[in-house]
Amino acid sequence: MALSTSSNFAKPDDAFRAIVEAHRGLTDAQSADLDAALVLVLANHIGDLDVLREAIALAKRRTLDASQQQQQQQQ
Amino acid sequence: MASANTAQAKTQFGYRRHPDQDRSGANVAEHPVVVVGAGPVGLSLAIDLAQRGQRVVLLDDADRIGEGSRAICFSKRSLEFWDRLGVGDRMVEKGVVWSVGKIFHGASQLYQFNLLPEEGHKRPAFINLQQFYAEAYLVDRVEQLPEIDLRWRNKVIALESRNDGVALTIATPEGSYQVHASFVVACDGARSSLRQMVGAEFAGQVFEDQFLIADVKMTAAFPTERWFWFDPPFHAGRSALLHKQPDDIWRIDLQLNPDADPIAEKQPENVRPRIERMLGHDKFEFEWISLYKFQCRRMARFIHGRVIFAGDSAHQVSPFGARGANSGLEDAENLAWKLDRVLRRLSPEDLLESYHIERSAAADENIRESTRSTDFMAPVTKQEARLRQAVLSLAEDTEFGKRMVNGGRLSVPSVYDTPLSSGDRDDWRGGPRPGTSMLDAPVTEPGGGSSYLTEAFIGQGTRFTLLTFGNGADLDVPEGVGSIRVGGEGGLVDAQGLAGKRYDAEPGTAYLLRPDGYVAARFRNAARPILDAALARASGLN
Repeated sequence: MALSTSSNFAKPDDAFRAIVEAHRGLTDAQSADLDAALVLVLANHIGDLDVLREAIALAKRRTLDASQQQQQQQQ
Repeated sequence: MASANTAQAKTQFGYRRHPDQDRSGANVAEHPVVVVGAGPVGLSLAIDLAQRGQRVVLLDDADRIGEGSRAICFSKRSLEFWDRLGVGDRMVEKGVVWSVGKIFHGASQLYQFNLLPEEGHKRPAFINLQQFYAEAYLVDRVEQLPEIDLRWRNKVIALESRNDGVALTIATPEGSYQVHASFVVACDGARSSLRQMVGAEFAGQVFEDQFLIADVKMTAAFPTERWFWFDPPFHAGRSALLHKQPDDIWRIDLQLNPDADPIAEKQPENVRPRIERMLGHDKFEFEWISLYKFQCRRMARFIHGRVIFAGDSAHQVSPFGARGANSGLEDAENLAWKLDRVLRRLSPEDLLESYHIERSAAADENIRESTRSTDFMAPVTKQEARLRQAVLSLAEDTEFGKRMVNGGRLSVPSVYDTPLSSGDRDDWRGGPRPGTSMLDAPVTEPGGGSSYLTEAFIGQGTRFTLLTFGNGADLDVPEGVGSIRVGGEGGLVDAQGLAGKRYDAEPGTAYLLRPDGYVAARFRNAARPILDAALARASGLN
């Protein structure tokens, strides 16, 4: 596994907060634009396709899990 | 919309009856190779085979070279191939040489790239040349070669595969006749009728966006560069391309909306205002207008028994990247020497399988690259459009953003992962690894004349050739193998040091080049047994 999923920030709350605050006051469309640019900037900074692919897989699994849970709750 | 500019090139040819047409039954003519389709690929293949001493029958169902400019960008690699066929100079003299591309977003330039930023190559990154000129020059060359029997208005209407070859039924203005061929090469284009005759599928991705191509004649002071716009002021929300061709002709490519009405869009009175907005004036005339959608697809197998497919008949890509005609020419060069060896029984028929392996992998690469360009130009989903917008805006102030902008990645020769290569056994810090096309470099002949490695390769007869570097012991070169020596007594002089640098050469370094100029193997010290083994491998003999 090339992707690091251990906690890398000394103050994780600060990092989360920084991202949240970046979205404050934005419309959904503006937020989506911001995220798109941010993903590209960070992906380039990582500069490792294996890490990027693992990150995509991990993020995508969350999305799929969430939609499956939603379906189960509806049943 | 045929042009007066075509007058200097012969484009109309007559049908002539051939004695083969009077033969039938057990008496039909037998030919080693029949090439179907006299476009750039079929013509180049026929010339290559003929220069290797093969007799070739070349059939075309028309009696003229196609109208419109169609392919316009011919790559360095294609020019090097055409040099080997004796037509490179004519192409380059007529063509518009270019290497710089610029990408614009809105009204401002995002960045520019140079496809050949270094000196010391005989040929430029690209020339732009109307396809009909290329075809006309190739036909002129064909007419110098008695080995080629070019038959216009000869249309293959039936094909029957046999163990030892193929029986073709050919329709002419005077009725049909049959010939038998040991091998048939189908270079009959994207709508290949031979592909249908062998029952092969041609599956892939269809793109919904429509593009308008117009060749316009005007005198303009734009530089000879490839200009590509995302969301230009004159064509909001879509993309556009401007490119110069010979004879003051400019290629303009405009992306249309997917729901645009193709008939209406093609009318000159509808096209004219768009182009006036683009150019800022109305002083131009139309040479050719065409509207197209494109597909990216390929045949699963390029070889069907003794019928071999090359060029658009085997694979189709989007036009953004100059990967259509150029990849077809690479097919032709890849196939010619192999087919020649098989016909001479120097190599087993299995050698042809390497054509399929190498060129189908190249087709996959071309399809992948051109699909990515197309998806970038015409994003499919809302989020894809958002990501593209993010790239375009990041490109304004970051280097990584500029590199991510995809306005077409232009054709470069594929690197083959192939059974014909012998893997590196020595340490290399650079240079073309096995499976890579040879690199050009300037050299000086012992007599003082300036030359290039690509010219030295032609001088050796465009066959298996050993390229060796300086001061090593004189190598005992196997029979039938050419030899280019750089450095040492009587060798070519690497005055600028570029040949040595590009090939990561040390004294004794040797590269075994295939007849298509690809590297088969390389050695720090080439002893005969390992050289012989590499040669056998590259010839399909083990």
